[in-house]
Amino acid sequence: MNETKKIFSRIMTQYRSFVILAIILVIASVIAPNFLSFNNITNVIRQVSISAILACGMTFVILTGGIDLSVGGILGMSGALSAGVLAATNSVLIAVLVGLGFGLICGILNGLFISYGDLPPFIVTLATMSLFNGSLLLYTAGAPITVGNAPYKFIGKGELFNIPFPIIILIIVYAIAFFILTYTPFGRSVYSIGGNEEATRLSGINIKLNKTYVYAISGLLSGLGGIILTARLGSAQPTAGQGYELDAIAAVILGGTSLSGGQGFVLPTVVGSMILGILTNVLTLLNVNPYVSNILKGIVILVAVIIDKKFKSLSAKAE
Amino acid sequence: MKNEYILELKNITKVFPGVKALDNVHLSVKPGEVHALCGENGAGKSTLMKIISGAQTATSGDIYFEGKKVTYSTTKEAQNIGISMIYQEFNLVPYLSVAENIFMGKLPTKNGIVDWNKLYKSTQKILDRLQLKISPKTTVSNLTVGEMQMVEISKCLSTDSKVIIMDEPTAALTEQEIATLFKIIESLTSQGIAIIYISHRMDEIFEISDTITVFRDGKHIKTMKTSDTNYDEIVSLMVGQNIEKLYPDREKVSDEIVLKVENLSGRNVHNVSFHLKKGEILGIYGLMGAGNIELSKILYGALRKESGKVEVNGKELHCTKPLEAIEKGIGLVPDDRKNEGLVLIRSVKENISLASLKRITKSGILDRIAERNAVKNSIDSMNIKVSSPEQLVGNLSGGNQQKVVLSKVLRASPDILILDEPTRGVDVGARAEIYQIIDILTKQDKSIIMVSTDLTEILGMSDRVLIMKEGRIVKEVLRKDFSQELVIAYASGGIKGE
Repeated sequence: MNETKKIFSRIMTQYRSFVILAIILVIASVIAPNFLSFNNITNVIRQVSISAILACGMTFVILTGGIDLSVGGILGMSGALSAGVLAATNSVLIAVLVGLGFGLICGILNGLFISYGDLPPFIVTLATMSLFNGSLLLYTAGAPITVGNAPYKFIGKGELFNIPFPIIILIIVYAIAFFILTYTPFGRSVYSIGGNEEATRLSGINIKLNKTYVYAISGLLSGLGGIILTARLGSAQPTAGQGYELDAIAAVILGGTSLSGGQGFVLPTVVGSMILGILTNVLTLLNVNPYVSNILKGIVILVAVIIDKKFKSLSAKAE
Repeated sequence: MKNEYILELKNITKVFPGVKALDNVHLSVKPGEVHALCGENGAGKSTLMKIISGAQTATSGDIYFEGKKVTYSTTKEAQNIGISMIYQEFNLVPYLSVAENIFMGKLPTKNGIVDWNKLYKSTQKILDRLQLKISPKTTVSNLTVGEMQMVEISKCLSTDSKVIIMDEPTAALTEQEIATLFKIIESLTSQGIAIIYISHRMDEIFEISDTITVFRDGKHIKTMKTSDTNYDEIVSLMVGQNIEKLYPDREKVSDEIVLKVENLSGRNVHNVSFHLKKGEILGIYGLMGAGNIELSKILYGALRKESGKVEVNGKELHCTKPLEAIEKGIGLVPDDRKNEGLVLIRSVKENISLASLKRITKSGILDRIAERNAVKNSIDSMNIKVSSPEQLVGNLSGGNQQKVVLSKVLRASPDILILDEPTRGVDVGARAEIYQIIDILTKQDKSIIMVSTDLTEILGMSDRVLIMKEGRIVKEVLRKDFSQELVIAYASGGIKGE
């Protein structure tokens, strides 16, 4: 009896997002009969792929006990720069490299301020969020930059073996992230920095460098997200990326990663993103007022956090 | 008929899911006595304290206060009855005044507004009763740890407590502050207040208590008068068997010098010079704040060295980061296990390999099989009691946690090992094991610097002791000249160093 209770609570803490996803899938397919089609499902995943890629980087950041509010800003600016470079050079390779490189540099900048400047991540990335969003408006002069290049657009719109290309990128990103967190010393450090920074430092691990890496990863993936968004829309929008940071953070929390760091997994994060995506999708299918979707999102996150807390204390008691 | 006992617990049982923490326990406390509770970690002391103080309720059993049966389920209700508890971690608000802290939640008011005059007067009355020279208006964060302890006691007095529970009250105090605390305890008991006293320090228990009750595995083992028992009896009752010997015999060490420190200065450390021989246990003793912890952190590169020279095996050592110290063969077991030694929310396995990740990494990837074997090896050789290597470190007992820290540091194969308070909060059984391990390490030619404020431990383990006071080494004592009085005299400034 106690054993089953223990196993149940372990499932609910580690794989909670999968359980919630299953429940939502069942409910969704009942109330919206056209939900469970291959086309609709791939559509959902394609829609969430960008915020899921940002959420992947965010998972690294939150695991160290930090936060990155600037992902949306980096996404917008990287996408616009990439589009601008593409227009000037007509080289897809250079455009992609510039987009990724800019994201990486922005991430490193965040990391340097946070670790070597010893500043709180919330404040630093709040400031850079505003900085990047502003730069984007300035750079685009408030007007979209259109992209005509077909190979570039393939990144956002193309399909391989019937699977949308952004989904393939998503799978590769999460596979690499899973590998890094599970099988490398850096991944181990990410967890222990979030668990206890001082103990980790005294164990001979370079905290500042590892923290910089984490924000660099987040920045790089935001750059990648920017390229995909620009490619999918066929243009870089002057307000692109705004609000993405909240979806990314929400996905990480729904995935069960502890906001105080040190505990969590990267794969449930993608499930967290999908939960948010399905919610929006079902409401669209049901023709519900789109404004309601944000309200529902908020409720789902709150419920998830409450469940999290309840099962954490339950499993602590069972130990 | 007047009741002999102020507090009586009868047939108290507390069951947690899967565990019986207390099994039909009884305890009787007389007014005006200091009643010490002894037992290893997990013996049920803390659960019993929580039940007495109202933080938890018993599954079954009765509590009698002044002969009358009482029931309560919160600490507030317990305080109203006259029972309060001082926790090991203080419950003070650092940026409020002494008076506000003492009367927290019950500030005197006039027409709904705080009556400051009355507050300060009532506070002064309590402070006078304890003969404390603290102003009621002082901000708590400006007090010393010892003074904060006194404020906690004042809080108990403000609720007219007749039974005060003290959990490890001397853990953070200096020798002088302990002496003051004991004087205050005496004056409280002379006013008829009963003290329930919990401590790991045996010498204190024998100094202050009138009665001792021993618990083991959730059961009441024996209650006796302090004057009718002795150290050995208590320890064997606590452990359930005789510990053969706490401290190992030490053999002669070599004359080869592995570490030489000259005129080292840094935070709280001034012009310190000493050397360490191969296979030696060098004890560094000092009262709290004497600079001994800082000295070890400077050697380890965790605190900045301001001047001076450190040589390891004849080569000058510059280390500014713990990483460099580890690479040069220096290991540190920090004094604050929970904040500096362990990542409590991660597994035993991950904690043990944290300082030696490089050794189990092959072309950038963790070798999980090598890691599993290394961790298993540590768990076996250190006799760490875990359900699996994946168990969270935070769920282990103090002794097992300390063994995990030790394993972690040893995995990086240091030649020089600095141990800060290696047995703080560790029960007697695990303590003997840790001493054994330290002894074995020196036989493997590792050299140990042991920093501790536990004098019996320092004298029991060390081949040589350095006494620190106010950041300087004031005296070196060889094993043949060891005596408690001498060491305390130097450490407290009774004798001036040369």
